[in-house]
Amino acid sequence: MAAEQFVVLAGAEEQALTKLADYREAGGFAALETARAMEPAAVVQEILDSGLRGRGGAFFPTGRKASFLAKGTGKPTYLVVNADEPEPGTFKDREIMFRVPFRLIEGCLITAHAIESDRVFIYIRGEYLHEFEVLRDALAEVHKAKLLGGVTIVLHRGAGAYICGEETALLESLEGKRGQPRTKPPFPAVAGLYASPSLINNVETIATVPKIVELGGKEYAKTGVPPDSSGTRVFSLSGNVVNGGNYELPMGVTLRELIYEPELGGGIPNGRQLKAVIPGGSSVPVLTADQLDTPLEANAMAEAGSMLGSGAIIVIDDRCCMVQLGLRVAQFYMHESCGKCTPCREGTRWMVQILNSIEEGTASQGDLDLLLDVCDRILGKCLCPLGDAAAMPVASYIDKFRSEFQEHLDSGCPMGGSSSLEGILAPVDQHSHAPVAEVPA
Amino acid sequence: MSAPEKTLYDEVQELRSRYPVSRSATLPALRLAQERHGWLSPEAFREVAEALEETPAYCMAVASFYDMYHLAPIGTHLVEVCTNVSCALVGAQQVLEAFESELGINAGETSEDGEVTLRTIECAGGCGWGTVVALNHRYRERVTAADVPAIVEEFRSGG
Repeated sequence: MAAEQFVVLAGAEEQALTKLADYREAGGFAALETARAMEPAAVVQEILDSGLRGRGGAFFPTGRKASFLAKGTGKPTYLVVNADEPEPGTFKDREIMFRVPFRLIEGCLITAHAIESDRVFIYIRGEYLHEFEVLRDALAEVHKAKLLGGVTIVLHRGAGAYICGEETALLESLEGKRGQPRTKPPFPAVAGLYASPSLINNVETIATVPKIVELGGKEYAKTGVPPDSSGTRVFSLSGNVVNGGNYELPMGVTLRELIYEPELGGGIPNGRQLKAVIPGGSSVPVLTADQLDTPLEANAMAEAGSMLGSGAIIVIDDRCCMVQLGLRVAQFYMHESCGKCTPCREGTRWMVQILNSIEEGTASQGDLDLLLDVCDRILGKCLCPLGDAAAMPVASYIDKFRSEFQEHLDSGCPMGGSSSLEGILAPVDQHSHAPVAEVPA
Repeated sequence: MSAPEKTLYDEVQELRSRYPVSRSATLPALRLAQERHGWLSPEAFREVAEALEETPAYCMAVASFYDMYHLAPIGTHLVEVCTNVSCALVGAQQVLEAFESELGINAGETSEDGEVTLRTIECAGGCGWGTVVALNHRYRERVTAADVPAIVEEFRSGG
């Protein structure tokens, strides 16, 4: 039986640890003391040994990322925490911030020591007002308790843009610009924030670091499915499931356990049948009911043809029309495309247009192939992963549910107006690219 | 409400001092200007540009990229309904329609008395607790269509 195992959320099972005294009582800031007594390189080594990989979605080895930082450039080194969490289905970083804000701050201070940085920026998405306030108050307490040790932590709020979760777009936004991704190279480790060496890590990644220092990297690496998927993850469970919420579990637990165990997801409500599962945020390929025994770890997910992404599992029951799902997902990525590169900017619009005509019953047989062709012309051809994030899931819906798409072409939507996504609206009133305000004289 | 003691200009200078490069204060400065003016009016852009030592056009170029800046006036209250996949699967459309009928306006519109603006938003990050409704930026979770009349009554009565 799968059971929760608390590392990142430890100590906050009953109530949020939003007071410094409570966090210290739960053992908080002991790891910071340990780390500060170590050589910075030794801390990086522990992170390398732990096998920790980025929890934002890219799953890049955290220790290696830190070791890429350019040395001797004469410029400061920055630590930037990605608290933008924009991937649909994902709400774990938010819970980490409002439940254990001090663990994130402790992780920041340990990581800053490891990379010899005294400047930390936490870029938190603009919508997270409560979490911003919790973090701001926690930072004030840490400052008052003189735990910062000469490090400055600046909390920076975003203003509503999915793309700012992409690290170079985040840097642009943090520099006070439109959040459009940069071409790489140079990578942020060489020329990141203010063209200085920068390490950018996700909230959950940073909040795992105190435990790694406490246990030692090798000991930490014994949980989960080492070497590629060691440790726990905070999985965000949503959609048609009885107990939606975040569950911290060792990697390797199966989708079936997460969705159906009474202590976890509790199954599908209202006696419905499971139709599909999105295992890693809306940008990853979909899985079907016969793939429920896939373990939630990187290699098994890759074998199943998908990805763990941001750890967001969206459960979809049998009332959902897959064309409508594809349309809603494509609308999202079209809305969030920054407009910088053509395959994404134009391709996402094409996808929406074709999916619309399929759903409305005005598409011809060739349109399905045209849609797949458009997906193919986006995949791997954009500056950043947003284009792929639109093309991958939609292509997978066609692949896995081709007959349902075919039915749309032959005789219209088989759900006949009863789909759970019927009529759902994408935002129609945002991103006014033609501002109504006049440019002042 | 009494007038804020500090001027926008002074507050923006304080923001700029937090960053190694002062242009980084652009997003927070725009937010402050919007809070003071209710929306980013030409006057707000003029003020914030002066404080940032940028042009108004630069500030508008940045602001128009982000969903949370309002380039047109909005109501006193802002009701935002998440309609992304997770919320949609558990009834976001019914919640939105309940707000539309209760308020007598469509998504994207402001009531005639200027009291309330209703709009749909992309994923707000409360997916396991949908439908998420942000009421003046404070999240309400697990909202169902049946909850809507009480929510509207609450903010209409100044709650």
